[in-house]
Amino acid sequence: MNLLIGAATIGFILAPLALGVFLSYRIYQTIDLTADGSFGVGAAAAAALLVRGMPPLAATALGTLAGVAAGAITGMLHTKFLVGALLAGVLTSTALYSVNLFIMGSGSISLGSAASLVTLAELLGRRLFGLPASLTVLGTTVSGASLASLVLMALLSGALAWGLALLLGTDLGLAMRAAGNNPQMAKAVGIDVDRMVVLGLGLSNGLIALAGSLFAQYQGFANIQMGIGAVVTGVATLMVGESMLGNRPLGRWIAGAVVGAVVFRLLVAVAVRAGLNPNALKLVTALFVLAVLLLPALMRRTRRGLAERDRIHA
Amino acid sequence: MAWRSATGSMPESALRLEAASHVFHPGTPSEQRALDAVDLELGRGTLTVVLGTNGSGKSSLLGAIAGSLPLASGRVYLDGHDVTPWSEQRRAHLIGRVFQNPFTGTASGLSVAENLTLAARRGRQRRLRPALGADRRRVIGEHVARLGMGLEDRLDTPIDVLSGGQRQALTVLMATMVRPTLLLLDEHTAALDPRSAELVVRLTREVIAAGGLTTLMVTHSLSQAVQLGDRVLVMHRGRLVHDITGGRRQRLVEDDLLQLFDQLRWADRLDDSAAQMLRRAYV
Repeated sequence: MNLLIGAATIGFILAPLALGVFLSYRIYQTIDLTADGSFGVGAAAAAALLVRGMPPLAATALGTLAGVAAGAITGMLHTKFLVGALLAGVLTSTALYSVNLFIMGSGSISLGSAASLVTLAELLGRRLFGLPASLTVLGTTVSGASLASLVLMALLSGALAWGLALLLGTDLGLAMRAAGNNPQMAKAVGIDVDRMVVLGLGLSNGLIALAGSLFAQYQGFANIQMGIGAVVTGVATLMVGESMLGNRPLGRWIAGAVVGAVVFRLLVAVAVRAGLNPNALKLVTALFVLAVLLLPALMRRTRRGLAERDRIHA
Repeated sequence: MAWRSATGSMPESALRLEAASHVFHPGTPSEQRALDAVDLELGRGTLTVVLGTNGSGKSSLLGAIAGSLPLASGRVYLDGHDVTPWSEQRRAHLIGRVFQNPFTGTASGLSVAENLTLAARRGRQRRLRPALGADRRRVIGEHVARLGMGLEDRLDTPIDVLSGGQRQALTVLMATMVRPTLLLLDEHTAALDPRSAELVVRLTREVIAAGGLTTLMVTHSLSQAVQLGDRVLVMHRGRLVHDITGGRRQRLVEDDLLQLFDQLRWADRLDDSAAQMLRRAYV
């Protein structure tokens, strides 16, 4: 039970990552490699500020803003200086590696006893709902703190998904979608495509940095390696969500990103429990994404092969 | 700038080009004058058809006006504004465009209603207001109903499941929902089957007549050139070589245009053989 609660909590924490990757990968149809750096900068900034005693909400907000800035820089490199999208993302995330080291002052920071959103959630749970320090759920003992984190992260990711769906249904959001979907058409209806790309990548990386800062607060430390593979993880969770909920209408697609993140983490927990070496996790994730990308083409080829055989034998 | 009257009254012409030039690959052996000092003035509410061989500069002309092709020299005026330094999206505040490819003019990932509401905001601020409130949906439904395609019942259909003809008809609607100073049509029926093309041409005539729109239409179809419009321009090697208006335009038939093109081709051949002679003699 504790394992499942932990996995679900991390799933909800990674939901903003999935939403951010959804924006760049599905709305703007670019793989934005800034993500690895912005996940890290969210974690690093939030952790560094929390150990200096900043209130958790403010620290999380600043961590998020650092991600917005990173995404906007990538967007500018891409639109104003015409650097290819992939290279622009790599440049920003590589630079962020050093920035993150400067922010943290070393390769890792422990939050120790510093206040964080997680301790805040526990406090609120106790004060408002009389949440005990530990309670029994389905025959196992569960700590009140872990339940409080789960509820907080679930509410937060739900609100973010809802907000993103609302945003993409406004005049501005529609302009962003048009800019990503068909820049030529967007220009013809008077949309400033470059501005929409900067805005979209800023938003996307803000969400990703938020996921990073939540993750650091949940596990109680930040380190320099945290962001590695964030893009691939985001794409993988997105694919899980799409396979479960599909991609139409838009609200369902967005909800799928959250559901996908949670299901993905539950699958990971089960796999690790069943004996998967945690060191192999990124390898498995990458292979999973590759398989999902290749599967349609492989299935087409097999089907064509079978049809061919039938034709010859007919 | 005498043309831009000091009293601030409406300028006579919707569009004016002054010595607009554009050169592809300047300073290389493959240098090509896409636009060679083109002067052009379009009167308000007129429909002008542009004809020309491949590579004659028709597309460059549209690009120069729409802002997708930067000019090497010359100026572009729209509605009395000097729009030469304006970006493509800024000029879109004054220009409605329909492209040759029906997929270019609509965003395939969006629904019919979403595409139309985007076009309904052309030239206006896009903020955080819901894009498809009840009022806007109703207005869009009314617009789409005019097409007579039954699309008003399919507003939430993803636009990519519609046929090319349906999408092009919607694009014509989108280009004119906000009344443009200038409507640019870039061979917008060339990629359609004959029936759809006919339908889109009819719709185009209707919206132009209803709005009294100033229109510049590029086409390959000599019959369209003869049937539509008040004026026919023929482009060749980046220049406007024929400008057929008034009585001559009234009497114009397809054979006249065929003859014009034959003459152009004949002149080209002469040029080529002359060049060969020179090369043999001097190189």
